[in-house]
Amino acid sequence: MPSALINVPKTAKRGEIIEIKTLMSHIMETGYRHTADGDVVPRNIITNFSCKYNGAEVFRADLFPAISANPFITFFTVATESGKFDFEWTGDQGFAETASASITVE
Amino acid sequence: MLKPHHSTRRQFLGLAGSAAVFGAAPLATLRPAEATPATMNTAIRSIVGEAEVRTGKVKLEIPPLVENGNTVPMTVSVSSPMTPEDHVKSIHVFTEKNPQPNIGNYYLGPRAGRAQVSARIRLADSQKIVAIARLSDDSFWSATVDVVVTLAACTDEVV
Repeated sequence: MPSALINVPKTAKRGEIIEIKTLMSHIMETGYRHTADGDVVPRNIITNFSCKYNGAEVFRADLFPAISANPFITFFTVATESGKFDFEWTGDQGFAETASASITVE
Repeated sequence: MLKPHHSTRRQFLGLAGSAAVFGAAPLATLRPAEATPATMNTAIRSIVGEAEVRTGKVKLEIPPLVENGNTVPMTVSVSSPMTPEDHVKSIHVFTEKNPQPNIGNYYLGPRAGRAQVSARIRLADSQKIVAIARLSDDSFWSATVDVVVTLAACTDEVV
């Protein structure tokens, strides 16, 4: 089962502003919760997200414990040329995931 | 706005309400001490520096009444032409009463086309949320929203 869900339009007109929706499956443990025994549950969150469009970064985000589990991020970009979006999530405990999506620009 | 036939209590509440609104709007980041507005202020200053933060241009959409603080939809948009000369560089969202003052930093550029981001956030308490946008001319604009949270996030026990 894929851990990332990406929603990018398959086709767009040149210059069109498109919406990109991303969802990454992750617990986003805040590090502020305790077990019944009183131990702190160690923080385990995604700290960074980035989106590259044909190699050039178009969006980046820093995430904090205040982001809900399974971080859902939507943003916009201008469809300039056909190609590929590369998404990357990195975080605590060596978390690193990537995903990609293609777009055809007419 | 106040008509003469209103009761004294109503007048008082109306006045108190508008006083609260006007007091909070221009500089929500400099409220008197509460749980952690001071840490929020520090967090804001670490992004903004000494620059002036003006109210406006930014629109922060969060439901005013939240039943479950574990997942609250949030959308921040900034009115900007998003051209290479005039665009939004970044959007920063801060909270007053979560354990940490930061919610998220979002970096965009002229290629975004539209200065708008959405996310799902956690809120530990009823509080103020502040969104600040940095424009390409390095001016800062902000919006503040009051949120009432009935079920708080972050502090629950793991069973």
